[in-house]
Amino acid sequence: MAEKILMKGNEAIGEAAIIAGCRHYFGYPITPQTELTEYMSKRMSNIGGVFVQAESEVAAINMVYGAAGAGARAMTSSSSPGISLKQEGISYIAGAELPCVIVNIMRGGPGLGSIQPSQCDYFQATKGGGHGDYRNIVLAPNSVQELADITVLSFELADEYRNPVMLLGDGALGQMMEPVDLTMIKTKNIVSKPWAATGLRGRKDPNIINSLHLKPENLEKHNIHLQEKYKEIRSKEVRYEAINTEDAELIMIAYGITSRIARSAMDMARNKGMKVGLLRPITLWPFPELVISKLAIRAQAFLTVELSAGQMVEDVRLAVNGAKPVYFYGRMGGMMPSPKEIYEQIVNIMYGKGGL
Amino acid sequence: MATHYCPGCHHGIIHRLVAEVIDELGVRDKAIGVASVGCSVLAYEYFTIDMFQAAHGRAPAVATGIKRVHSDATVFTYQGDGDLAAIGCGEIVHAAARGEKITTIFVNNAIYGMTGGQMAPTTLVNQVTTTSPYGRNLENSGMPIRISEMLSTIDGAKFIARVAVNNPTNMSKAKQAIKRAFEIQLRGEGFTMVEILSTCPTNWGKSPVEAATWLEENLIPYYPLGIFKAPEEVVK
Ligand SMILES: Cc1ncc(C[n+]2csc(CCOP(=O)(O)OP(=O)(O)O)c2C)c(N)n1
Ligand code: SF4
Repeated sequence: MAEKILMKGNEAIGEAAIIAGCRHYFGYPITPQTELTEYMSKRMSNIGGVFVQAESEVAAINMVYGAAGAGARAMTSSSSPGISLKQEGISYIAGAELPCVIVNIMRGGPGLGSIQPSQCDYFQATKGGGHGDYRNIVLAPNSVQELADITVLSFELADEYRNPVMLLGDGALGQMMEPVDLTMIKTKNIVSKPWAATGLRGRKDPNIINSLHLKPENLEKHNIHLQEKYKEIRSKEVRYEAINTEDAELIMIAYGITSRIARSAMDMARNKGMKVGLLRPITLWPFPELVISKLAIRAQAFLTVELSAGQMVEDVRLAVNGAKPVYFYGRMGGMMPSPKEIYEQIVNIMYGKGGL
Repeated sequence: MATHYCPGCHHGIIHRLVAEVIDELGVRDKAIGVASVGCSVLAYEYFTIDMFQAAHGRAPAVATGIKRVHSDATVFTYQGDGDLAAIGCGEIVHAAARGEKITTIFVNNAIYGMTGGQMAPTTLVNQVTTTSPYGRNLENSGMPIRISEMLSTIDGAKFIARVAVNNPTNMSKAKQAIKRAFEIQLRGEGFTMVEILSTCPTNWGKSPVEAATWLEENLIPYYPLGIFKAPEEVVK
């Protein structure tokens, strides 16, 4: 039986991580994700897990490196400025191919920015962020229920591909309360990790957790291997939600909290007889580029809506590849667009100067 | 065993002492080491145990993560002075403050070896390096930092010693200190560190013999050897 409880987004992530078998959390407080750090401090001691409040984000991500390399399901969370500090560690984790979950509940930037919701870390999350040719799997839920479901999925994908997974939300999702059903969450068994550095414990050959390959031939080989892994992830793990896209002349593209506002705007437009649809990427990397390029055959135009100056829109433009016009609407600094505001953009595109 | 270290460099000797202690304590099966960034970045090639390579300065945080997963493991970091006293100063202080049950082998050669001889926080006043070409100047760079003395003030640190491996007597004292540090970790008492004064003939611009003498005449006077902190040992 479904058992819904009212929960804050940040706390739902924490509880779902525990359901997923995460027993090692390392964090450092930063608004608007601090409830997750606090939640883990409370729950981990109840269930015999490990909670460490690190001295910095730099230390927290390196504790994750140690714990993940030692074979545990490990997690850390932060918000934009803190994620910037974690990038060195994330690059090492990607290089050493360790599974872990990194939560980024984004706030406005650059710099100290604000503590309000934002989606201005899209580039940083999906294009690497740290040094080197690497990718994180990036998942972007849009409700408290999905925050929970996708937290569990994140741990599974991380283990399956031995890759860092970033759960990318924004301050609004982290802070809002919604009914959530945690009893329905199924989790796969934790896979065995014969590569982990656990101490030999009877094994003959040592396991080394490492991202150093001094010989150029070896490092190139390792990079080719990583790129092949990313190719496989690209072919298997694209996730998205398509609403009213079959007959749509204008397709909006939005993720996370923004997709919900865009959906309201879409409903307003549909009520007026306008053929508007919504494509919501759930994986931001891998990005649903093929889906978008197929939609571009029939749809007349696209409108990307983001809480940024326009970051995901670059990926949309690449996917559309000039076939149809791609419009952008964004708010920044913690400002949220209203459905009416987006509706006006739709009207403008469909009947205005930029017309279809 | 041949290493990639320069002739006269003490890293090789220190590796051997750590490996001997691991074997003598019979913990090879549960030992996990963390190599840092510096000349010892490849340390994992010289130990037949599970190991990590950590980012520059971050070894104590990595070791924290490892130890919190395998509390029964013997976890140690192996760090140079650039790694531990400069970029990783935060991580070592807080690992000690948490009383993290790990052992740090801190190799202090008063210079950055791997990158070709730049000034370290431990470089002596007036010591010439590639980034202190006129000698370390107090006005510009302050005084060299004494890590053992500093960490001794932290409650979570249970065993802090400074040793050298420049002669057989010191070598045997160094090994005893490393062994005690590991034993205290095994008893679960808290953070332990052995600072080992070491040579870098290559970047000091000295022969191995001159380097050993320079260590005795310059490093030891500023960085006195001895045990700075130790618990009252359990009576066996
Ligand atoms: C983030 C980062 N900054 C700088 C470096 C370059 N680097 C490599 S080794 C090193 C100094 C190491 O000196 P030390 O820890 O004293 O070890 P030694 O080589 O003397 O044994 C530096 C600065 C790096 N690898 N990573
Ligand atoms: S550069 Fe210095 S520290 Fe590095 S191996 Fe050579 S002598 Fe040793």
